[in-house]
This record gives sequence, structure tokens and C-alpha cells, in this order.
Amino acid sequence: MTKACESATRPRPTENHRPDRRRFLGGAACAGALTLVPGVAFISLAGARSSEQPVSDEHRWGMLIDANKCAEGCDACVRGCVEEHGLWGHDRPETDAQWIRKVTVRDKQTGHVTSLPLMCQHCQYPPCVDVCPTGASFRRADGIVLVDKHTCIGCRYCMMACPYKARSFIHEALDQQKPYAPRGKGTVESCTLCVHRVDAGGERIPACAEACNAEGHRAMLFGDLNDPESELSQSLTQYASEELRADLGLRLGIRYRGL
Amino acid sequence: MRAIAAFQRRVLLAVILALLAGAVVAAEGGVPLPVIPKGKGEQCVEPTPVIRRDHMVFLLHQRDETMHQGVRSKRHSLKECIECHVAVDREGRTIPVNAPGQFCAECHSYAGVGIDCFQCHAATPDSGSRPPASAVHASSELHGGAPHAGFGGALMGPRLASAGEGSK
Repeated sequence: MTKACESATRPRPTENHRPDRRRFLGGAACAGALTLVPGVAFISLAGARSSEQPVSDEHRWGMLIDANKCAEGCDACVRGCVEEHGLWGHDRPETDAQWIRKVTVRDKQTGHVTSLPLMCQHCQYPPCVDVCPTGASFRRADGIVLVDKHTCIGCRYCMMACPYKARSFIHEALDQQKPYAPRGKGTVESCTLCVHRVDAGGERIPACAEACNAEGHRAMLFGDLNDPESELSQSLTQYASEELRADLGLRLGIRYRGL
Repeated sequence: MRAIAAFQRRVLLAVILALLAGAVVAAEGGVPLPVIPKGKGEQCVEPTPVIRRDHMVFLLHQRDETMHQGVRSKRHSLKECIECHVAVDREGRTIPVNAPGQFCAECHSYAGVGIDCFQCHAATPDSGSRPPASAVHASSELHGGAPHAGFGGALMGPRLASAGEGSK
């Protein structure tokens, strides 16, 4: 922007100094940009939200998952999530909580196997929120879909409504919860996009993405969808990506490459 | 007649005295007042009479702000209450604040009011350790299972068939 302004306002050597239409418009554009600067500064300040400030829609947190980089047989993201939130269950896979799981699909015609992690897709229009009778299932201003377990009555309508089977119900009394991840019997829960890490600010990314990076796969890229400068937005612009069940029009926060 | 009336008065007086004495004994030997362990800091975030009466209001307000708006100020957060008021045993291990005699339980049992917080919330600042290996299955077994089997195919459309879901 600055470069464009300079070239527009500075008279070219060959140009005479008569103020022509082009230069006038260029100047006007620069004035517009200057008046925008305080707003830009405000946004960058809001990037470092203090713990007192409520979240806003300036950010929309999301993720790009590259199925080509996701290794078949690797479950580092799942283990990372389990460790982070204390999701160790009772050795009963039918009822134990799972916030993220690995899905393996095979193309019948070519035999090509795709492996990908699947969790709450943090929809812009979440069906779980639509059906919740108590308002416990909600979408935060920054796009993170959560369950307020204080008001969850455990009816499990949201589990029925979710097209991604992303939610789990807690059937049994728990202990040894993490201080930052309260969980309890009779409520529904799902991926929080590691909201405690997001709220803490800084460079911390969700535990699954961190574990994937630590494993060297770097298949999960977390970032701000609303920030055009973020690595996530840049990648989304550069590469083709898709939503799971895009036909539902839910505008997901999680997008996939290489499906 | 007068003698009988005087006797009745005396009996009445005796009964009243006995009742009063009984009340005093009850007050002295009744349910002991709670002895609250002292917190780490010098001063609570609110004056003691205020926090004693209204801590549940502060916590409720903070809870909604934190949950829905991501406000993580420490002033009225349950985590910070626990941080300050948790006691440590002789071996240096923290004791849950809802254990008998501890900060929360001491008053709540005196007042006969249940605490639901710790059904979900950690009662020590450092809780969340993994239970012994024998009680836990390997995490890789978490993610097979009937409920989600065959789901991949439904997600990806008819082009792809599920090769099963699981960590492998």
C-alpha cells in the first residue's frame, strides 16, 4: 500500500507538475489509507487481548488439515488431546470420550487410502447450537463452539444433530480433571480448540497440532481465518481446500486438503 | 389456696430456669463453629464478610463471563480461590479443598450446603494426573469401536468407502 501511494503521489520525472486526474485520485486513496491506520493499530492491539476483555469476532479461529501429510497409523494428535484434557477413559471404547479421532478412508476404485484427524469442525452455523434446549451448546464470538456444562442437561440432542459425530457424553463420575478442563458426569463435551490455550494468547497452538508438529508431520495448521496475513489464511488462499460435507453449508472452521 | 398458688409460681420459676440453663449448655456444647484454614495471601480479593456471604454470586458471575466471553480475569475465578486456599499435607501433597476439614468443606458442612463445583472442577491446582496404567487402556485403543464404525464413508460421500475408523 505504501509503495503504491508513493508512486501515485510522487511526480514522475517525465510528468509535468500539472495536477491531473490520476494524481488526484492517488492522493485521495492515500488519505483514505491514512485515516484507516488508527483502526489497523487498534486491531493489532486487540490481537493481544487482555484477560479482562471479552472475545470478539475480530478473530475466527480455524485449522487447515493436510491429509497428504497426515500419516496413516499415527495417532499423535489423539494422544496429545487425551493428555492435554485428561480424557483417559474406562477402557470402554463405546462410551469413553473422544474429542478427536483418526479416520481412514479408502477409494474403492484406486485403492488410495486417506488418513485424517476428525474433531468438532467449529461451524459458523452449528446444528448442535440450533437444537440445544438450554443454550448450553453455543458458539463463541471468535468461532469456537463449546458446551457450557453448567447448563447442559445431558439430553444429547447435539450429539444427534452433529453431522461429524464430534461429541461425547460422559457416562460415569470422573476424578483427576485438569484445572483448565472441567469435565463431569451427565454432560456432553467435544473439542474446544484448546480454548484455554487460545485465551492465554501467545504462540501456543492446540495440543493436537502441537503433537502433530512434534511428530514432524506438520499436517495441522492452526490460525486466524479473519487475519489475511496469518499463515493459515495464506495457505488457504494458495492451496485448494474443502470442507467436510460442504453441502450442508455450515461454514466450517476446520478445512481439509488432499481428500 | 394461697400456698398452692405460691407453689405453682415456684414450680414455674424452676421450669423456666431449667430451660434457660439447658439453652446455655446447648450453645456451649453444640455443633462447633467451623475452623477455616488460612489462605496463602495476606488479604482476600473481597472483605471477609462480603466474600463469606456472596462468594457464590461472584463465582456464578465469573463463570458465565469466562465460559461465554473468554474473560479469564483472576479476581473471582474458582481456580484462583483454590490456588490460594489449598492446603498441603506433611508429604507436600495438596489436599483437595472439598476434603473434610478443608477450606470449602469446613464451612459447607457446618451450613449443611452441598458443593457441586468439584464434580467437574479440579479441587487442587495440580490435579489431572493420569491414573495408574492398569486402570487405563492404551490410548490407541480409544478410537476404534462400534459407534463410529463406517462413518468415514458417510462423510466423504459415495466415492470413498470407509476402511474403518481407528488410530491404525
